[in-house]
Amino acid sequence: MTDDLDNDRRGFLKCMAWAGTGALFAFDGGIGSSIGLDSALAAPLKRASAQPFTFAQISDSHIGFNKPPNADARATFREAIAKVKALPNRPDFVIHTGDVSQLSRDDQFDDAEQMLKELGLPVFFVPGEHDMLDENGGKAFLNRFGKGSKGAGWYSFDHRGVHFVALVNVADLKPGGMGNLGAEQIKWLGADLAGRPSSQPIVVFAHIPLWTVYADWGWGTDDSAQALKLLARFGSVTVLNGHIHQITQKIEGRVAFHTARSTAFPQPAPGTAPSPGPLKVPSEQLHSMLGITDALFVRGHDRIALIDSTLTA
Amino acid sequence: MTPAMKILTFQASALAVGTLMIATVADMAKAAPPPAAAVQIANFTFKNPVVTVKPGTTVTWTNADDIPHTVVSKDGLFRSKVLDSGDRFSFTFAKPGQFGYFCSIHPHMTGMVIVKA
Repeated sequence: MTDDLDNDRRGFLKCMAWAGTGALFAFDGGIGSSIGLDSALAAPLKRASAQPFTFAQISDSHIGFNKPPNADARATFREAIAKVKALPNRPDFVIHTGDVSQLSRDDQFDDAEQMLKELGLPVFFVPGEHDMLDENGGKAFLNRFGKGSKGAGWYSFDHRGVHFVALVNVADLKPGGMGNLGAEQIKWLGADLAGRPSSQPIVVFAHIPLWTVYADWGWGTDDSAQALKLLARFGSVTVLNGHIHQITQKIEGRVAFHTARSTAFPQPAPGTAPSPGPLKVPSEQLHSMLGITDALFVRGHDRIALIDSTLTA
Repeated sequence: MTPAMKILTFQASALAVGTLMIATVADMAKAAPPPAAAVQIANFTFKNPVVTVKPGTTVTWTNADDIPHTVVSKDGLFRSKVLDSGDRFSFTFAKPGQFGYFCSIHPHMTGMVIVKA
């Protein structure tokens, strides 16, 4: 699966003509191969190699959404998948940072799953709040996309020396609050990170931003500081989120935060509208609102490049 | 007719009229709509975040947003299914008290129903 990857990182970055809705990530270091969640969870820690790899992030597909500005969120999701498939360097896997569905309906989850199968790649999920709306508060999502995960759907795995942590901050939300990880998950995170060398690159992904983008709209996670404290000793931490349907980024110390665009509809910039509801852009603008910003992170020995692109051809 | 009979007749008439009045009042009460109150959900807010009602009032929430919301009481008294655009949820508040609630999907959205006689 990764044989065609270029060993030369610079050359690799040059040819990343990525055009998807999410972000594409490149790492140096590590060995191993891409695998599904079940086997990833069981895999031993593998570290240290010079071979780069990429993975792609897609987010907020909201399958089932059919209102302005996007009458068919399935169609734009299909376009995003086609963009991932067309990447010059095949990613080792894809992460979906939540809100797979609009209303947690089985047909919505199933459509998403069937469309993602076209990738022929492992896909790692975390739920968004729209994926928790079945009568059992997220069981439908977990049964389909979270096999082998713990609690409300959290897990971790290693890939080519990079440690990936999938966190859930949309379960058991508190009145008046924002996103929430909860004591049980934070305790698990502490145990998961314990004993790992501080030099190991860490990627954390979760649906709602793990830093406060805009509290008035609930765009943050109440107890994220406790999680970030556990991550503070690591030299390279990348936090990837969705939820807000636009790119925001921040670097704080050795932690890089980044949110991805949606494949379904844009949302307004913080505080620029009466509510965070869908931004009703004209149809000819929609595809460009599902992407446009390029970003490149260069980090010490474990640089991570992020390149966001749009659905425009 | 003796005076005694007159009195009896009057009492019977009064009783009949009284019974009729009670029946009429009962019919009127039956015909009147039960107490109700409405809360609109729009722009990710409960538009009238605090409503004060009498016991027995049915409160109906209507989602006017493009995004689904829920109505969930803080103490577990009531919990709507997910409300898509235009969907409604009703709950009848039988007893006095203060009932805080929120949207479990967007928990920064909060409201309160105050029930007092």
